[in-house]
Formats: sequence, structure tokens, C-alpha cells
Amino acid sequence: MSSQILFFILASLTIVSALFVVFSKSPIYSVMWMIFCFFTIAGHYVMLNAQFLAIVHVIVYAGAIMVLLLFTVMLLNLNKESEPHKSPLPKFAAIITGGLLMLVLLAAMHSSTLPEYSSPAFSDVGYVQKVGTKIFTEFLLPFEMTSVLFIAAMIGSVVLAKKDKN
Amino acid sequence: MSLLIFKSILILTLFLVSLGIAAYSTYAERKVAAFLQDRIGPDRAGPYGLLQPIADGTKMFLKEEIIPMFSDKWLFILGPSLFMVTALMTSAVIPWGRSIEIGGQVYSLQVADINVGILYILGIVSLGVYGIMIGGWSSNNKFALLGAIRASSQMISYELAMGMSVITVLLISNGSLSLNSIVESQGEGKLYGFINVSGINWNVFYQPVAFIIFLTCAFAECNRTPFDLPESESELIGGYHTEYSSMKLGLYLFAEYINMFISAAVISCLFFGGYNFPGIDYLGNHLPMNIVSLISVGVLFCKIFFFIFFFMWVRWTIPRFRYDQLMRLGWYVLMPLSIINVLITGALVTYFGN
Repeated sequence: MSSQILFFILASLTIVSALFVVFSKSPIYSVMWMIFCFFTIAGHYVMLNAQFLAIVHVIVYAGAIMVLLLFTVMLLNLNKESEPHKSPLPKFAAIITGGLLMLVLLAAMHSSTLPEYSSPAFSDVGYVQKVGTKIFTEFLLPFEMTSVLFIAAMIGSVVLAKKDKN
Repeated sequence: MSLLIFKSILILTLFLVSLGIAAYSTYAERKVAAFLQDRIGPDRAGPYGLLQPIADGTKMFLKEEIIPMFSDKWLFILGPSLFMVTALMTSAVIPWGRSIEIGGQVYSLQVADINVGILYILGIVSLGVYGIMIGGWSSNNKFALLGAIRASSQMISYELAMGMSVITVLLISNGSLSLNSIVESQGEGKLYGFINVSGINWNVFYQPVAFIIFLTCAFAECNRTPFDLPESESELIGGYHTEYSSMKLGLYLFAEYINMFISAAVISCLFFGGYNFPGIDYLGNHLPMNIVSLISVGVLFCKIFFFIFFFMWVRWTIPRFRYDQLMRLGWYVLMPLSIINVLITGALVTYFGN
């Protein structure tokens, strides 16, 4: 019961912070709310006994990626005055696509039955040892493929960032 | 006494101890600086100047608080608060000593023995940069922003080498990420397989390279000289805390000393056996449990104080790096070195077993 209450608090915090990401006027505040949102999602992982996933989520997303994003936003100096006037066309397009997505989601929710929330039974499936064993035995090929993908991305960014000799 | 009450008392004690050590680190820093420069140092407030930190704290509290007009007020307040919170959070997973026994029940001197302890520390450390970045940006000052950018890029760069050096420690200890079991594994077994003294099987004897890399990265993560580029006063006035005054500045300076205390504790736990000391098992068999626990806590704190002294020693000995030198050291030296170290250790562990 208490874990259910905790879940609802966490879930509402997640949704509210995600909404603030969209509705904040200042991009810095958006980034801050997004970091908070990542924390609440990490909280969900902890509730599912996936401690490793939770902490990696915090390290990678909140600790590294959002720092870089914040970095960029800070350097861009996005003030209201310098923001160019946008035409209403993208707004309409956004409303229509967003509305369509909502329709799809509502339809999906309507046709499926929502089960009662029950806290998962204690398992150590999300612990480091279990995750490591799974990755390096059952999912070795996809894991190695992702690392190749990452190396390709890294080399690509180095090539792009390199100064042109001319 | 229930577990919850014990943990609450432990957390409160840790909080007070962290603040106390941070306060007296400022005093120690001045005394060490004075010693290294052949001066006397603070000696006016109280005997040997021992009341100096209290005088400094009072001064910080009573100073006028200025929030710059064109700064973002909320973020300006959030910056130092976040920095302080992240600095205080890391002490939760450090095992401070052997378990103690109160009223027939055994309590471990660790707030939370979580399964991913060392990753938790790395995660919280990587969040510490937000306090600096937000503070630096919201000051609406070019120097502060430059300091914040330097701090964040420096911390991200050195985190990688730091993580890599931790991996080698994990490879040779019993394969758990929990700090408690890392410390415990250094208390059992023989050093190099033949020196049969309990509690001296420390990781530093197997991984000196990883230790040096970790120590260097700890300096960079704490923004300490020789890597205090984010606040280098000769270039950036005060760096990210240029616009801060009163207790907000105090929080930034204070949190830096807490970070130093925690990194000293983490270094002791990872490489110097934590609360283990030579002959711990012998004492454990002959003395009551609680006394041995207290001795182990004392030993850990001795190690911590040594490393805090080491931090100060380096600060007043080595001049500051230039920023490009700092980046070059991080990416061209420490990073490849730590990767090679992981590869060699991995190969040796695979070949010989543990």
C-alpha cells in the first residue's frame, strides 16, 4: 500500500515536471525541470528494484547529457527579445500532430484494460551482477553492436569538430 | 533502539561531523599554508587561533546579502543550495567503521549499504557540477559564466578517467559495487598472497596507477589547486562565485571542503582499506566489539585527515595549470593511461584468477 502511494506521488511528480519542461518560457528552466524529471524516472526504476539502471540513468542522463545541454543553452543566451517572430503555421501543424497522437493514445487506452497497480515482488533481476551476466551472455551481440555505433558517432563528431585546414 | 532511530542519529552525526570537519579544514588550510610558507597563520581568535572558523562563519552570516539586479533570482539561490546538498549526500554510502552493538543488536556504521554504492558516489559527484553551472550562469556575469563553463567541462573530462580507475579496483576486489564489501575485501586475505597480517590487504598495493589517477581526478573534481581553474582569481576574479556574497558564498566555499572530506573518505575506502588496519582481527578477538569498532572509526578518520592534509600540501606546493594543459592532461594522459590500466588488470585477472 505504501509503495502504491509512493508510486502515485512519483508518477504525478514526473508528469508535472514533464509538463513544466514544455511550458517554461526560459529554456534554462526547461532544462532544470527535465533534470528533475529524470530523477523521478530514476525513482521509478528504484521502485522496480532496478538499482543499477536507476543510477546509470542518473549518471548518464542527469550527470552528463543534461550538463552538455545546459552548457549549450547557457552559451546561446536565449533571451526573449532576440527570439525571432515565428509564423503561426508550425503552431497549427504542431497542434494537429499532437492532437492525432493524443487520439491514438486515447484509443489505445480505451481498447486495453488497465490492470491494478501491484508492487513487484522482490527480485534481484535489476542488480548489477544479473544485468552484467545477461548483457555479456544472452545479449552480447546487440551490446557489441551498440558499442560500434557509439564509436562511429564519436569518430563522426571528432571529424566534424576538427578545424578545416583551409 | 529501532533501526530507523539509529540511522537518523547516524545521519545527524554525519551531517554535524561533515560541517565540523569542513569548518576546521579552513583553519587547517590556513595553518598548513602558514607552515609551508614559514609564517604563523591565524592565532588571534582563541588559543592558537582555534576559534577562527567560528569567527569566519559569523562574519559570513552577518554580511550583507546581495542578489544582483539582472540575475535570475531563483536560480541564483538554487546554485549554492544544490552544491551543498550534493556535497552532503555522498557520505550516505561510506562505511565509517565496523558494526557496533547496542543492547544486543548489531548496527552497521553505514547509512545505506546499497548495491551500487560506488556508482552512487560517481553519480552524485557528477551532479555537483549543476550547483556551479547554475550559480555561474544566473549571476549574469561574464567571469562567472566562464568559471562555470570551465568547471563543467573540467568535471566531465575527469569523470571518465575517474570511472575507469574505479573499474580496476572493482576488477581485483570481490566484484561488488557496494563500498562496504570493497572495504571488507581489503580486510581479509594475505597481502600479495604471503604477508599474513590481517587488515592490510589494501588495493593501493595492487593498483598504484589507478590510485594516482583517482587522486588526480579527485583534485580536479573538487576544483582544488592545481586544477582550480574555475575560480582562478588571477584570471576570473572569483570564477563562478564572483557575484556571491554572505552565506551563499560561504556555502560554496564550505561545500568545497566537504567535497574534499568526502573524496578523502572515498580514496581511503577504495585504496587504503577504509576502516581496516593491520592487526584488526587480532584486536577483534581480544577486545570487546564496540571498542574495536571505535578504533576502526578512528583509523578511518586518521586516513581521511592525512588525505585532507595531502590536498592542502599539494595546493600550497604546486602552481596552477593552464586550462589547455589541464585538458591535455585529462584527455591525452590520464584517459589512455586508465584504459591501458583496465586492459592490463583485466588480462592479469583473467590469466591468474584473483
